[in-house]
Amino acid sequence: MTERTDPLWMSGNEAIALAAYEAGVKVASGYPGTPSTEILENLSRYEGVYTEWAPNEKVGLEVAIGASFAGVRALATMKHVGLNVAADPLFTASYTGVRGGLVVIVADDPEMHSSQNEQDSRNYAFAAKLPMLEPSDPAEAKELLKLAFAISEEYDTPVLFRITTRIAHVKGVITKGEMLSSSVTPGIEKMPAKFVMLPGNARARRVVVEERMRLLREMAENAPYNVVEMGDSRRGFITSSVSYLYVKAAFPEAKVLKLGMCWPLPEQMIRDFANSVDQLYVVEELDPFLELHIKAMGIACHGKDLIPNQGELNTAIVRKSIDPTSVAELFAPVALPMRPPNMCAGCPHRGIFYNLSRMKVFVSGDIGCYTLGFLPPLSAMDSCVCMGASVGIAHGMAKALGDDAKGKIVSVIGDSTFIHTGLSGLINTVYNGSSSLLIILDNRITAMTGQQNNPASGYSIKGEAANAIDLEALCRAVGVKHVDVVNPHDINACRKVLDKALECDEVSVVIARAPCVLIPEMKKAANIPYRTQVASCTGCMACVRLGCPAISWNPVSPEKAKSLGYKEKQKGFALINEVQCNGCGQCRALCKFDAIVRQEA
Amino acid sequence: MGAQGSILFSGVGGQGILLASEIMAYALLAAGYDAKKSEVHGMAQRGGSVTAQLRYGDKVYSPLIEPGRADIQVAFEMMEAVRYLPYLHKGSTVIVNTQKILPPAVATGQTSYPESVLDHITALGIKVVLVDAFDLAREVGEVRTANVVMVGAVSTFLPMDASVYEGIISARVPARFRDVNLQAFAAGRKVSQ
Repeated sequence: MTERTDPLWMSGNEAIALAAYEAGVKVASGYPGTPSTEILENLSRYEGVYTEWAPNEKVGLEVAIGASFAGVRALATMKHVGLNVAADPLFTASYTGVRGGLVVIVADDPEMHSSQNEQDSRNYAFAAKLPMLEPSDPAEAKELLKLAFAISEEYDTPVLFRITTRIAHVKGVITKGEMLSSSVTPGIEKMPAKFVMLPGNARARRVVVEERMRLLREMAENAPYNVVEMGDSRRGFITSSVSYLYVKAAFPEAKVLKLGMCWPLPEQMIRDFANSVDQLYVVEELDPFLELHIKAMGIACHGKDLIPNQGELNTAIVRKSIDPTSVAELFAPVALPMRPPNMCAGCPHRGIFYNLSRMKVFVSGDIGCYTLGFLPPLSAMDSCVCMGASVGIAHGMAKALGDDAKGKIVSVIGDSTFIHTGLSGLINTVYNGSSSLLIILDNRITAMTGQQNNPASGYSIKGEAANAIDLEALCRAVGVKHVDVVNPHDINACRKVLDKALECDEVSVVIARAPCVLIPEMKKAANIPYRTQVASCTGCMACVRLGCPAISWNPVSPEKAKSLGYKEKQKGFALINEVQCNGCGQCRALCKFDAIVRQEA
Repeated sequence: MGAQGSILFSGVGGQGILLASEIMAYALLAAGYDAKKSEVHGMAQRGGSVTAQLRYGDKVYSPLIEPGRADIQVAFEMMEAVRYLPYLHKGSTVIVNTQKILPPAVATGQTSYPESVLDHITALGIKVVLVDAFDLAREVGEVRTANVVMVGAVSTFLPMDASVYEGIISARVPARFRDVNLQAFAAGRKVSQ
């Protein structure tokens, strides 16, 4: 046993935040997105680093580029789909290069634990002509991120840093490191040939980009994080990221080339490694990124012919793919009722989706907790594509169907998502004139990713007072004439406003405003739960159909029904769990038999 | 040392699985093991089925437990003890909180809770330890310590002394909840001793 006095036990995201601090990062910006969110959350707790939540990833990256131009080390963080939003500044920042070190962290989500697709962000490194580092665990993430800033400054390039869910949300043992700082002097430096990317300058920088990538390819051949681990050469593995760990666990005896930098690739090193093994396997999650580029070198290898290109890998998948004879016999799974995620007890979104589930409308949805409105029993969402898409999709459907769509198309978007990219959709809807209804679910917070403040919350990332966007005034300013604000918990009043808004010939906005039950103010507030007067329940199930996790249906036999004083044909009764109830009162509004009452305060 | 093992935590979002698995991880680190733990955050957390995977040994590579190789499963809810059956092997120990949390299809009356669900595990000869964690937590005076009751129940299956856990619990919960959590730990430990 080795003595360990005070091990730092950190998630990949916590380790990355510590590494950014130790690397001397001065400005960090980003937009929350699982699995990247905790990087900025943790970094915001360190002294001497400016952190912020940006309205979207594009702005976040632009802020980081600005900080780099000003000569300080800068960081932008996002999830994989966020890099699509930030792709525009990314591709040109590749041309401008940097002053202070600039690192863009992108967190991919193989298996789509909390995402709408599982794109492989390594393709951006190739497309944007940028180096990309890929750690395999939290400890390596911490070391590599510090190196990323040195590479950025030495090679005058933004550096992409790719993690996945199984790095971001894996905890491991970390050691503290030394504090580093940039050798760049902060200040205003006018460098138009480098920073003003109009065609004449950009053509000159295009040449610089190629030369930089040539130098990086040379560097990759001797980089300390591209390592050959000696072993049995009958099977040789080229791998990176968390896949490396699965290879080590499945084939501990084998020879391995572990790439800490997945772009550009060390061609000579790969060629020598390939020549040194009998069979070459490339093991990587998602796309055949390494495999394609290795095959393009004219090197034969196994890859996606054996390894799945969908979902996460794990040790068992890697072992079975390479050696099908190794299959272990497992206990068969047992069929059980599913337990999908659900909106919380007292969630304000539930009230809106209850109403929508009873209206004959197409619901164009968006990204957030409210996407759960898709699930039964409410089943009140008909499309969901990407952040902000709800508004544009509704407008497109309205234009395609003309009068047939009147009163039948509703888009639903959260406050944070509306600010992210929904606003430009609304401007388009007003400018080009369609009559769809937009519901903004304003719960004052970016909820799904764990309650981050946003430009409508009134607080900064550190919880300090900040401007809160006036959403009504904003909608009116872009030309919406019909703006209503409702309390989504008041189901019946809400329905009247929604019906009226749908009759409108012009675009209308309904802002459904009630705070998320998980924000600290709501948790601290006195909660007066509701309870069921079981004797009054007729078993009509009106409250059960809300799908609230605090309400359960309790079936009874005819004898039991009789003993409870019910009619013999009553099949059961509903019951509120008073510990779980958050006192929203939506169920009370639906009960026609006064069987739901508020607890005495 | 040479020992290594895998502990699978399963339950329902909001049951305190992350804190329980953190206490276990710190206890293993204090004993000198290397460890890695996988969690899933985000959408999966909203009342859905959740897991945490903890692996320990001299040197841990993969953060994920292989199917068929979980040595201990700590289930915070009865049905969730069975959902991950393919992860277990004949020599596994399953420590189950007997609490039932109704999934949506049961709560809305479309299907019923599988009452004898644990038979699926016992029929395979796998050792099952039942813990009335919710009741024990209520007895010590705070229902929210059910997760620490479970830590107490698991602790007897690992080599570390009770004092290791007690030190970690004392350091990691707010001072005003320290005593109740230590009592919860002791209550859980008694069940499996």
